[in-house]
Amino acid sequence: MAENQGRGTPREVSQKPPQRWAGKDILGIQEISVAEIELILDTAASFKEVSTREIKKVPTLRGKTVINLFYEASTRTRTSFEIAAKRLSADTINISASSSSVVKGETLIDTAKNLEAMKPDCIVIRHSAAGAPHLLARLMDVPVINAGDGAHEHPTQALLDLFTVREKIGRLASLKVAIVGDILHSRVARSNIWGFIKMGAEVHVAGPRTMKPAEVERMGVHWHTSLSEVIPIADVIMMLRIQLERQEGGFFPTLREYSRLFGLNMEVMMAAKPGVLIMHPGPMNRGVEISPEVADGPFSVILDQVTNGVAVRMALLYLLVGGEKESERSSL
Amino acid sequence: MSLLFRNARVIDPANEIDGRMDVLVEGDKIVEIGPAIPESRIKLSSPATDSKDSFLPGGGIIDCAGKILVPGLFDLHCHLREPGFEYKETIESGSRAGAAGGFTSLVCMANTFPVNDCRAVTEYILRQARERACTHVFPVGAVTKGLKGESLAEMAELKDAGAVAFSDDGKPVMNTSLFRRALEYARGIGMAIISHCEDLNLTGQGVMNEGFVSTTLGLRGIPNAAEEIMVLRDIALAELTGASLHVAHVSTAGSVRAVREAKRRGIKVTAETAPHYFSLTDEAVLGFDPNTKMNPPLRKAEDVLAVIEGLKDGTLDAIATDHAPQSAVEKDVEFDYAANGIIGLETALPLTLKLVHDGHLTLMEAIAKLTVHPARILGLEKGKLKVGADADITLIDLEREYTVEVGQFKSRSRNSPFQGWKLKGAAVMTVVSGKVVFRAA
Repeated sequence: MAENQGRGTPREVSQKPPQRWAGKDILGIQEISVAEIELILDTAASFKEVSTREIKKVPTLRGKTVINLFYEASTRTRTSFEIAAKRLSADTINISASSSSVVKGETLIDTAKNLEAMKPDCIVIRHSAAGAPHLLARLMDVPVINAGDGAHEHPTQALLDLFTVREKIGRLASLKVAIVGDILHSRVARSNIWGFIKMGAEVHVAGPRTMKPAEVERMGVHWHTSLSEVIPIADVIMMLRIQLERQEGGFFPTLREYSRLFGLNMEVMMAAKPGVLIMHPGPMNRGVEISPEVADGPFSVILDQVTNGVAVRMALLYLLVGGEKESERSSL
Repeated sequence: MSLLFRNARVIDPANEIDGRMDVLVEGDKIVEIGPAIPESRIKLSSPATDSKDSFLPGGGIIDCAGKILVPGLFDLHCHLREPGFEYKETIESGSRAGAAGGFTSLVCMANTFPVNDCRAVTEYILRQARERACTHVFPVGAVTKGLKGESLAEMAELKDAGAVAFSDDGKPVMNTSLFRRALEYARGIGMAIISHCEDLNLTGQGVMNEGFVSTTLGLRGIPNAAEEIMVLRDIALAELTGASLHVAHVSTAGSVRAVREAKRRGIKVTAETAPHYFSLTDEAVLGFDPNTKMNPPLRKAEDVLAVIEGLKDGTLDAIATDHAPQSAVEKDVEFDYAANGIIGLETALPLTLKLVHDGHLTLMEAIAKLTVHPARILGLEKGKLKVGADADITLIDLEREYTVEVGQFKSRSRNSPFQGWKLKGAAVMTVVSGKVVFRAA
C-alpha cells in the first residue's frame, strides 16, 4: 500500500506530486486502503487551489484524453469530471447512452474495445448496472474510473464527501455520520459507508425498513428506523435522494408519508448538534427528503461538496493518468 | 460386437451391489454380470477381430482394474437447446458433453423454441436424438402451452409422442388453480410434474441471492422465500391432488426442510438439487462474473450445508445438472443483463464425487443419486445394471485428478463457474447401448 508521505498542501502541484498511485482503476471504496484514501484526499487538497486561480488550468495532463462514458443521465458528476479533466489540460469526450451506438444495441464490451482502439488515457463510466465498470476494467488496459454503477458504488462521491468533512471538521476519525433514506438503492450510501468506516468514523444509517439492505449491519453500520434516533448524535447528516418510482415498488406509501418520517426540516434540526454538517449528494428533492430552509441553511455544505468534487476528480485523474509519468512531465 | 469389462469394482445401487465383478455386453444389451467371466464367452459370441471400434485395443476386453463400473449416469434435468437455440447447444453436442461427463441418459427440458408443448416438437427432438445423439434422450413436455402459464398443453398426446414428464422449467406456473389442474391431469395419465419453484413477484428484478453479498455488490436480491413459498404451495397441491410432484433444483435450507417434512407425511414428492448448490455459495458472485448467475441463485453457506444434509438423509433423491448452455452473447454482458444458467454435464460427476471424498456421501449413495433414483422418479427402467437391459455403463476413475478447462468441453457453450477448479474423479469411459461413446484420453 502506498505510504502517505505527501500530507499537507504543496503549493506547486505540478512540480511536487505527493505520491504515486499503485492501482490501475478506481472501482470502489470497498477495495481501497486507508493510505490510498488519504493519498487521494491530500492530492485533492493540493488541487483545490487551482480552481481559485484567475486562469484555472495546469498543464499536468496535456495531450491526454479522458472519455466520459455515461450510460445513465447525470449533470453534476459528468460536468465535474469534464471540468476536472479540462483544468488539468486533458482533452475530454462525452458519450451518453442516448447519442452513442448503445441505442443500436452494441454491447458494452464492443463499445469498450472500440473506444480503446482510439487510445484514450482514461475512461470514466457511469452505468445503471452494478459491475459494469469492473467488466470494462477487466477488458481495458487504460484506467477506468467508476462514476456510479447501479446500486453498487459511487467512489468519487464518497471521496468528495470525505474530503468535505475532513476540510470542515478537520478530521474523520471518531465522527458520527448519519446516512438517511433509501439505503437499499443507494450507491452513494455504500461507498460512504465503506469510506467513513475505513477512516475511523462511526456510521449510522436510517430509513424505512423496506429500504434496509439485507444484513447491512455486517458492513459495520448501526441501523435505525427512526430519524429522531440519529439526529441528536450525528456530527454529519447525509440525506439521500428519494425516488418517486420506489413508491410504486411498495417501498413506502406516499412521498408525503416518507417526508413526514424521514424528511429533514427545521423542526427536526432543533435536536441536532451545534455545528452539524448537512450533506446531500444531489439532486435534491426540496420539500421531500430535505426542506429548503435546511438545504440552504447555515449548516449545509451541499455546494461545498460540489466544489470539492472537482478537486477530488482532478486528484484521481492526476493519480491514475499523470502520476506515473513524472519524468515526462518534468521535461516539459 | 461384444465388450467384456473385467476386474471392475461394480457399484449398482439398484441391486445393492458393490463388489469385484465382470460385465459382459453383447450387441446393445448386458448379457452377463458375475465374477470372472471367461474370455471364451466373448470369443464365442463375436470375434474381437471384427471390431470396428478403433478405441479398443484388446479385442473388446476392457481391463477395469482400479476403476469403478456403474450404471450409465442419468441426468434428470438439462437443457439441450434444440430446437431453436442451436448456437448454444444441440442435441448432438449436448449428448457428447453428457457422454464426456459419464451420462448415458439425458432428460431435456421443454423451454426450446418452439416450446416442446406439442407432438411435433417432441417427435423432432426424438428424431434428432435418434440420428445424432450418442446418449439416450428423454424429452420433457411443457405443462402449459408456450410455457405461458395460461392453459394446459396436450399432455396425453405429448406422452404418446414420448415425453417422460411435464415441466415449465425456467418458469413456475404462477396460477395456483391451473397448477392444481395440471397435477390432477398428469396424475390421470400416470405422469409426474417437475416444478420450477419460484414466486416471480417475490423474485422481482432480483439477479442473485439476497444477503450480505448482494448488499455489498448493489445487485438486487432474490430471497430464499421466493423458492420456499412455491415449494410449500406445490407440496400442498401434491397433497390435495395425490399427484407425483418432483421439485427441481432445490437451493435453500427451507426447501429442504419442506420436502423432508412432506416426505415424512407420506406426500408423493421427490426432489433434486444441482452440483452448484452444494459446491458454491453466493460469494462466488463477488467480481460480477455472469457465469455465477443462475436461477435459483447460489445461496449462503448455511443453505449449502442444508442441501448436503438433504442429500445425506435422502430428502433430496437426485443430483441433476440443470445444464443450461448460454453463449457469449448472453453471458459477456453486464451481470444484470446476463442470462441465467451454467453448464454442468461435464463437471457434475466430479463435483458429486467431491461429496464422497469429503465424507458426506458414500460412493453407493452418490451413484444412486446419479442413476437409479432419477430414473425411478420418471418411472424409467434406467440407471441400473440388469441382464437383458440396455448396456449403459460408465467407468469411473475415482483418483483421476485434473483441472477444469472449459475450452476442452464438448458442450458448445463455456458458461461454467468451475473453470480452473482442481477436481478428483471422472468418467473415463461411457458406453451407451453397448457402444463406447466416450473414452478419456
